Amino acid sequence: MPTEILVRTQGIVKRYGRTQAINGIEVEIPKGIVVGLVGPNGSGKSTFLKLLAGVLRPDAGTVTINGLPVGIKTKARVSYQPEIDCLYDWMTVQQVLDFTATLVPDWRPKRADEMIAFLNLDRGVKVRHLSKGMRARLKLVVTLSRDADLFLLDEPLSGIDPPSRLRIIKTLISGYEAGRHTIILSTHEVAETEGIFERIIFLDKGQIKVDADAQELRSQHGRSIQGLFEEVYQ
Amino acid sequence: MRDGFQVKLDFDSTRPIYMQIIDEVKRAVARNLLMPGGKLPSQRELAEAARVNPNTVQRAYREMEAMGLVETKRGEGTYIREDDGLLASLRGEMAQTAVDNFIRQVLALGLKEAEIVKLVTSRYKELQNGKRGEQDDAH
Repeated sequence: MPTEILVRTQGIVKRYGRTQAINGIEVEIPKGIVVGLVGPNGSGKSTFLKLLAGVLRPDAGTVTINGLPVGIKTKARVSYQPEIDCLYDWMTVQQVLDFTATLVPDWRPKRADEMIAFLNLDRGVKVRHLSKGMRARLKLVVTLSRDADLFLLDEPLSGIDPPSRLRIIKTLISGYEAGRHTIILSTHEVAETEGIFERIIFLDKGQIKVDADAQELRSQHGRSIQGLFEEVYQ
Repeated sequence: MRDGFQVKLDFDSTRPIYMQIIDEVKRAVARNLLMPGGKLPSQRELAEAARVNPNTVQRAYREMEAMGLVETKRGEGTYIREDDGLLASLRGEMAQTAVDNFIRQVLALGLKEAEIVKLVTSRYKELQNGKRGEQDDAH
């Protein structure tokens, strides 16, 4: 069975002023896998995801999704969760859901309800009164309730309490439809997520340092991705 | 998870995760934590509990079916096969692995066969006595 390529980048470059955030990344990601995008702060993870999401345009090179250059058509099939908190403070949890449902073409209310229940979110509470962990949970509901092809999650676990992290990982697994959904998740907390990754891309200074099958990496080096991460970036 | 069956994975091991899942099921059967005819957790339940990709669990279940350890009843779930020989062969396989590891370790220390046998016999007696002692204390 030929693997269908979902994401293809060719020689992408992105600069912020004089800072080179992405420096010539070539990558092909097939449909239906979970990819861990790993690297220290400033390695280009967020910029890379933004280029795929179409939030930023590359200064050079091309990004295609499903063979289409990133644009309105691809955005309709991509669910992107930025690292920053993008929820309106004054809305209640229910208002966030209703609002998002009007913005995206592929909202799945049933899936949202399941996740709200599993993640113990209270629909009546205002966003400003949610703890950081609860806000992170709500962000996840907003991202994963779409019927998209590609889910881009930028540091969904960063700075969040362990119980919320655990719930978030379980939610990712429970909703994941193997072969249909592709997830690219950036993190520098590898230990908790490494079991869900099938492929690992290590970024460093805007370039790919390692790009390999997660199991092959472990078998080759006899250690966890977390261990390798510490070794590669020490 | 049901029947005290839990999956512990070691990501620092070179052993692939799907094989570690199979090892855990075998161990649970050998230790009577999973009975022949007993139901395994669904693939998704196990993926969530062990925090691994559902694809990895699917592969483990497929391999276990191919090796005759489990059978899948459509729309019902996956069950440990009811096979009298299965339990015995799993226990035999695990005991052999444990003994092989032990022999390798003591050989590395420079012990000879006769010494190993003697050591096993004397330690066995000692451990059994110790166990009896504990039971006496309990009374």
